[in-house]
Amino acid sequence: MKNDSSNPQVQSARKPNEELPALECKNVGRTFMIGKGFLSSKKPLRAVDDVSLKINRGQVFAVVGESGCGKTTLARMLLGLLEPTEGAIYLDGQPISEVSSDMISRKVQPVFQDPYSSLNPRKTIESIISLPLRVHDIGTKENRLERVSELMRLVGLPNRLIHSYPNQLSGGQRQRVAIARALIMEPGIIVCDEPTSALDVSVQAHILNLLQDLKDRFNLTYIFISHDLAVVEHLADWVAVMYLGRLIEFGPATEVLRNPLHPYTQALMESVLTPDPRKGLPEITFGRGLPNPLAPPSGCYFHPRCSKIKDGCDSKLPKLLPESDRLVECHLYN
Amino acid sequence: MTENRRVLDAKNLSVEIEVPSGTLHAVTDVSLHVDKGETLGIVGESGCGKSITSLAIMNLLPSKATRTASRLQLEGKDLLSLSERQFASLRGNRLGMIFQDPMTSLNPVYRIGEQLEEVYIQHGKGNRKEAKERAAYLLDKVGIIAPQERLSQFPHQLSGGLRQRMMIAMTLMCEPSLVIADEPTTALDVTMQAQTLNLLSYLQDEFNMGLILITHDLGVVARMADRVLVMYAGKAVETGTSQEVFDQPTHPYTQGLIQCIPVPGRTSTDGRLGSIKGMVPALIGDLRGCMFRNRCAYVSEKCHASEINFNEISPGRGYRCLLEESECAGNLAGNFGTEIVQ
Repeated sequence: MKNDSSNPQVQSARKPNEELPALECKNVGRTFMIGKGFLSSKKPLRAVDDVSLKINRGQVFAVVGESGCGKTTLARMLLGLLEPTEGAIYLDGQPISEVSSDMISRKVQPVFQDPYSSLNPRKTIESIISLPLRVHDIGTKENRLERVSELMRLVGLPNRLIHSYPNQLSGGQRQRVAIARALIMEPGIIVCDEPTSALDVSVQAHILNLLQDLKDRFNLTYIFISHDLAVVEHLADWVAVMYLGRLIEFGPATEVLRNPLHPYTQALMESVLTPDPRKGLPEITFGRGLPNPLAPPSGCYFHPRCSKIKDGCDSKLPKLLPESDRLVECHLYN
Repeated sequence: MTENRRVLDAKNLSVEIEVPSGTLHAVTDVSLHVDKGETLGIVGESGCGKSITSLAIMNLLPSKATRTASRLQLEGKDLLSLSERQFASLRGNRLGMIFQDPMTSLNPVYRIGEQLEEVYIQHGKGNRKEAKERAAYLLDKVGIIAPQERLSQFPHQLSGGLRQRMMIAMTLMCEPSLVIADEPTTALDVTMQAQTLNLLSYLQDEFNMGLILITHDLGVVARMADRVLVMYAGKAVETGTSQEVFDQPTHPYTQGLIQCIPVPGRTSTDGRLGSIKGMVPALIGDLRGCMFRNRCAYVSEKCHASEINFNEISPGRGYRCLLEESECAGNLAGNFGTEIVQ
């Protein structure tokens, strides 16, 4: 795609400045107002709270955490689908609020979790993949068709499927369609929100290998949202662990996942079930699921579930501080 | 194991479904058994017949499907000759089932308590008051705090993990001898998954139940199951204890599956995962030869024509492939060396 000069319009839309991080979050927060019921007043829910990140070009940046920790809200803000209520996001060094939605969608594209519900069942594969080109009014009908064929070849879809409908495709093929659709605008950044969690293990392996090949070939930047830590460990260069909207640990993937510092990351890693029949089930000592995000606990958000709780954990919020080469938000390291 | 410890015994179980284009061989010649307190894991990709096998045992197949078996016994009682009415009195009573998605398997318009008690009363185990006590006792067992309060709630008021606990409690109302769990933790977070599986295995010991765990997650099977049955295209392709199957996978399909999963510490960021090319074949019409041949790296001329027998290495351990056991074992080591570890 990058060395494809047949598409000057797409080429000119790209203004990569290799010096700047592809995406940067500065103290980003998003608060939703939740109405609890008729007549009662609305309460704030801080889905994402004070998150600062730098996402470098050509790398895989993973965000992990349980459901409800704010992963998807963060992803939607990075896609420009939601505006942060606090802080700012910079796309290629420019505040995302000043970038037109047209330009954002040329630079950042999503691949969603469920390929069964993210593809329009009434459109053909050709029409689904070429939709971004039609929206941005790029190329003629013929060269759009040509681009679709090219992308289908790239993601490993046989050309005979070009006039099929999504219901005629398997889960893995649908996810390939979603990836082709995301790539047709030649974005530099792809946001993958649980791209393989609806798929079989054998199909998951194909899709993960495809994502890696595409990344190497086009120097793509991935923001990879997942709760499958084994997949993240395999794919990611950087990992951000989120808990109740806060970033609690951040660093190089191998280090964070092989030697987790935060008790929450440690607990997450212990829950990963590797196929080792000699090990039994892990003993999970910490409590049942996330606390109510409408009334987060005092002090460190994780303290009610933490096995290493000490004095002061329940009264003051720890700071995100550097610990060796990464960041950890925990009183144990402050 | 003596006969009276055997909870389920199925021999040569087959399911055929008539579809417009012919006969679909959903399950062919599967034999399995489960003892008290034992966990049998059934693994395979979607469409390999895992769920149909469980439905065949429960007699819940679609009306177009026909089930044949040379033996199908639950606690020594023949299930093949039972009428639908007799079967209904077994389901939920001696045979329990836990489904994947607790939101769709709980009725949204009835309170949790009513749904739990109904099973107990329906099977004539006792009156409403006893049912209430049993429900509260079981909610406590599955680790739900303030059970009385929870019993009067509706399914939508509970989180996914709690709903799955409710499902487990409901399954246990009549103390079944066999529980079939079909992807019980697929919809849950990793942390909830480990907790739910811990709970399931604790309850299994407590009530001495047989458990059939159907999943595509090899990690879950490796950690939970005593024995493993690997299915492909409706047939059993490999059986053994979980140590045997995970340490020395013999069938090329089992080997492929194990290589597909990323394992922390083993697979590297630059490496590629092993993968199985191609797709599960259609199972319609006259099937001949090995069904895995189009995806197999070790395919030969013989794989196309001949009927592939199930080679029994030792009681309970076997595989369905023309390759010798020693040839198969070598393959995996070679593949790990070149494809995965960088």
